[in-house]
Amino acid sequence: MDLLLSSVDILARWDVLLALLAGSVGGVLIGAIPGVGPAVAIAILLPATFSMDPIVGLTVLLGIYGSSMYGGAIPAILINTPGTAVNALTTYDGYPMTARGEARRALSLAYSASFFGGIFSVVCLILFAPILAKIAPMFGSREIFLAALLGIILVIVAHRGQALIAAALACFGVFLNTVGLEPVKYSKRFTFDQSFLSSGVNLIVVVLGLFALSQAFYLLQGDDEKVRMTKLRGGMFQGLRELARHPRVAGVSGTFGVVMGMIPGVGEFTAQFLSYTYAQKSSKRPQDFGHGSSEGLIAAETANNAVPAAAMVPLLALGIPGEALTAMMLSVFYVHNVVPGPQLFQNQMDFVVALYLALLALNVLVLVFLLFATNHLIKVVKIPNRFLGVCILVLSFVGVYSLRNSVTDCLIAACFGIFGFVLKRLSLPAVPIILGMVLGGIMEVKLRAGMARVKTPFDFIDRPIAMILFLMILGVLFIHFRRVWLDRKAIKEAKWSTKHASTNFGMHLFRRKSYLLRERGRKVREKHLKYNPRSTDKR
Amino acid sequence: MSDPKYSTFRGPLRGQILFAIVFLLAALFLMSQLGDQTKWFKRTKFFAQPRFWPMVSIGGMVIFGGLHLWKLPRRKFVTADYTEWKIWFFAIEWVFWFLAYVMLVPLIGYLPVTMVFMPIMCWRMGYRSKSMLWISVAFGAAVVVLFKSFLDVKIPGSLLYEYLPGAMRNFFILNF
Repeated sequence: MDLLLSSVDILARWDVLLALLAGSVGGVLIGAIPGVGPAVAIAILLPATFSMDPIVGLTVLLGIYGSSMYGGAIPAILINTPGTAVNALTTYDGYPMTARGEARRALSLAYSASFFGGIFSVVCLILFAPILAKIAPMFGSREIFLAALLGIILVIVAHRGQALIAAALACFGVFLNTVGLEPVKYSKRFTFDQSFLSSGVNLIVVVLGLFALSQAFYLLQGDDEKVRMTKLRGGMFQGLRELARHPRVAGVSGTFGVVMGMIPGVGEFTAQFLSYTYAQKSSKRPQDFGHGSSEGLIAAETANNAVPAAAMVPLLALGIPGEALTAMMLSVFYVHNVVPGPQLFQNQMDFVVALYLALLALNVLVLVFLLFATNHLIKVVKIPNRFLGVCILVLSFVGVYSLRNSVTDCLIAACFGIFGFVLKRLSLPAVPIILGMVLGGIMEVKLRAGMARVKTPFDFIDRPIAMILFLMILGVLFIHFRRVWLDRKAIKEAKWSTKHASTNFGMHLFRRKSYLLRERGRKVREKHLKYNPRSTDKR
Repeated sequence: MSDPKYSTFRGPLRGQILFAIVFLLAALFLMSQLGDQTKWFKRTKFFAQPRFWPMVSIGGMVIFGGLHLWKLPRRKFVTADYTEWKIWFFAIEWVFWFLAYVMLVPLIGYLPVTMVFMPIMCWRMGYRSKSMLWISVAFGAAVVVLFKSFLDVKIPGSLLYEYLPGAMRNFFILNF
């Protein structure tokens, strides 16, 4: 109780409340505009939050992170275009509902499910916080290294069909982190005798280039889309009642969201996939999924909104970000000399709980805002794409230039912007680069510290948590390679099954020939020879 | 490179091969510079060597980049590839616009440059309606007021502001 009171004390400030309001409303707006995701907004706002108190800055960013998915459901349901990437699954069941004239029901259901997911995860984590506080100190250098390694491997294998290039890009991220002066021996690494490379490649410059500028270039290069809006009719509160009729789907999806959010590198997509599959398999009407099923919508929205709060666990408890957005937030902590990790959970538990309470308040604020303002809010969907591109270009300048007032930073960000643009055009992921940069830095420091007292390789994993993490890494790799092998097998089968007739006939003759040549074949021939002996045989 | 019909690769094929080749060549170049650009210290543990992580990361880039190129669906360059390269190349125009904006802000001032840059860019993008141009000017002004005046983001005052009379000069340098 004392903990809760001291946490409320941290939050009870005008600037924090204002940040909460700005973050929640801003996040919903950003989420609702297709083409501007939370990553773009957080990247742009990051340098602006450096001058604020840690709790104020983090509340704004958390607000955007937590509320953008609420906003992202609006265009997903109304115009079949997800506002943020994680709302893609919402279009499966949301848009068919709009098509049959139930847009308001779908929206209200999505809001209610998102609200449930958000609240469920925050409550779970506040309840788990004391246990986490006990487990977190058991993580030493070796465990944190292994957890970061597990995170990077999970990010790579999550990109199914693109795992090789995701791995190469993650390695590129690790490499970017090594550029500059090495902190222990003070030797230069890949600076090519250029003074601007001596201090290394700044994470925020890369983030702004890869997420904000690349998105601006992408929108500027594309065309404006014509949007046809649907008029909303009916009450907004019916979703809450409908959600109450599916407590099992909502509860399981929320749990998937919490668990998947806590594992670094997994996140919303896996949580959504698992909960959607569960909801479909356990539903009485599985045939409705993908055609406007309320259960499908609940599963997708609950799971993705349960993730943000859970994703803060590895960040706060171990200092390991599991995705690009939390990686960006990590830099806010570093700027304010608040080092996330086991120490934070032990010494500043009230700060951690305050962040969770802020998320709780945020969900309530967003729900109230959306229930009353959706009619006006849907107009932002109509903002033309190329105009948005111009706006992002101007806003990106604030982000990059305000860091160090350096034109070189802007040039580097522009180069990464072009690189990110090419990645976007090729549908290749940029997230592994950012995670490679952040986790690479953590792994370098922790491996050096962890190896200091290690004599044999087994010493590295002789502690229980290190062993569990090591086994998890092996398990993930085993599952991945098994999946690759099964895919290969399926492709081989597909190859054979689509062979044309003449090859099949040739194969048939070949099999017949080999059969005849075998033992059984020989016996048959011998038998036949009895009745029709050769003329040269002795009688 | 594998047969395009039976590849597990996800994503559009246009432009993929060139990207993979350039990525691999860049990684190989970095690998060739490993000895020059990093140092190996005596009496220092293997994992604490400054060369260790660049070696691991560049090694990963070469191996995974090479495997990615090898497993990409095999295909000759077609028109779609050439169009894609053109799109990449012409995106450089936006970089020039952005850099011009960056260069002009310290000279002319954040507020005037942003208020002019927004409508010019909108014009370039094909918006000709007066309302759109006015909206863009208003957006530019709002961005400056929000970030520089309220959030106190560090963007220095311009050279042009130095010529403003007394109190105006300070006011503009601090707020716009």
